[in-house]
Amino acid sequence: MDKTRRDFLKIAGISALGLGSTPLRAALAESAAPKVEPTPEALGAKRWAMVVDLKKFQQSGEAAMKACVDACHSIHNVPDWGNVKDEVKWIWTTGFGHAFPSQEHKYLHDLEEHGMKGVPTAVMCNHCDNPPCVRVCPTKATFKRKDGIVLMDFHRCIGCRFCMAACPYGARSLNWKDPRGHIKTLNREFPTRTRGVVEKCNFCAERLAVGKQPACVDACKNGEILFGDLEDSNSDVRKALREQFAIRRKPQLGTQPQVYYIV
Amino acid sequence: MYNAGKIIVGIIIFLVLFTFPFWYSKGKPGPAPKLELPKDAKQCVEATAYMKASHMQLLDSWRDSVVRDGNRIYVSASGKKYNMSLQNTCLKCHKTREKFCDRCHNYVDVTPKCWECHIAPEYKLPKEKVALRSE
Repeated sequence: MDKTRRDFLKIAGISALGLGSTPLRAALAESAAPKVEPTPEALGAKRWAMVVDLKKFQQSGEAAMKACVDACHSIHNVPDWGNVKDEVKWIWTTGFGHAFPSQEHKYLHDLEEHGMKGVPTAVMCNHCDNPPCVRVCPTKATFKRKDGIVLMDFHRCIGCRFCMAACPYGARSLNWKDPRGHIKTLNREFPTRTRGVVEKCNFCAERLAVGKQPACVDACKNGEILFGDLEDSNSDVRKALREQFAIRRKPQLGTQPQVYYIV
Repeated sequence: MYNAGKIIVGIIIFLVLFTFPFWYSKGKPGPAPKLELPKDAKQCVEATAYMKASHMQLLDSWRDSVVRDGNRIYVSASGKKYNMSLQNTCLKCHKTREKFCDRCHNYVDVTPKCWECHIAPEYKLPKEKVALRSE
């Protein structure tokens, strides 16, 4: 069989056309695959952040702070072990001196009537811009979302506790034992965790997805905790930061925490 | 061959015992598990054959989409939209774990770990256990 140069070029041309269509076919295959999309009512942001107003908390009292903690822990099925060793917590109350060790001094007790050192301070995961827990996680169970939320995929957690060692805020807890049976009221809309899984505050990612504010924000009736988009200059958090002086926990560590405290 | 009688008899007994499951059921498979299907829904998220064969891959892709990408709505082949959630979508139609999930999983002898965290509809908090454990 004779092959002329003309025939060879024809075949080469057709082959090139076939190869060139690969991206087209890939695009067609993609459009045929099942599609996923975000919920229409989902709240979106470029950078979620929280502002905790300790002054307002001082007015509304410790009961208000406890209401926030209880709201969070009950909707997220956080177990209550009744002892510090097994304790699991997403948001909790600590003294000002513990939350801000670098701000502490001998005379904080004298400040105002209660003494600043003991002022109850609501603390939770700071959803850092530079989260050390994400860096150390060997299974990528913890990761940072585009909107700044440092989230956990509980399915992937192997319970190695590197993240607990890495987090300078103590925001993470390990389930040493099966948490079921130590949950007071079960929220059937949300899963529990299991033995050997680390957990922490998720900025209520599951509530944002259905257009709700985080549970602790909703539970605070007088705006003690504000939540919003840092990149939006009209958001509640930006307004609060514009009007009042705010500090962050252990900023010197370079983790860029995104929970701000008005003191 | 020494002890030929014993060895041959032994081999025959071994073969009979080894093939027991096959000739006992006369080559027919045992009864397939009967699942309790939802009464108020006729169509699952995707076609039944696909769900039977690939529900685990589907659930895995749902998990990744919801947790990693924050996309919670699944558009099925028929164009219908579903909230991607085992607890809040699947188990709202399939109202029991024991009469649906477990029957097949027990039959094929698999133990998926879904229920260690996800709450089955019939699950109740073990109240008595609380008292025992906190001691």
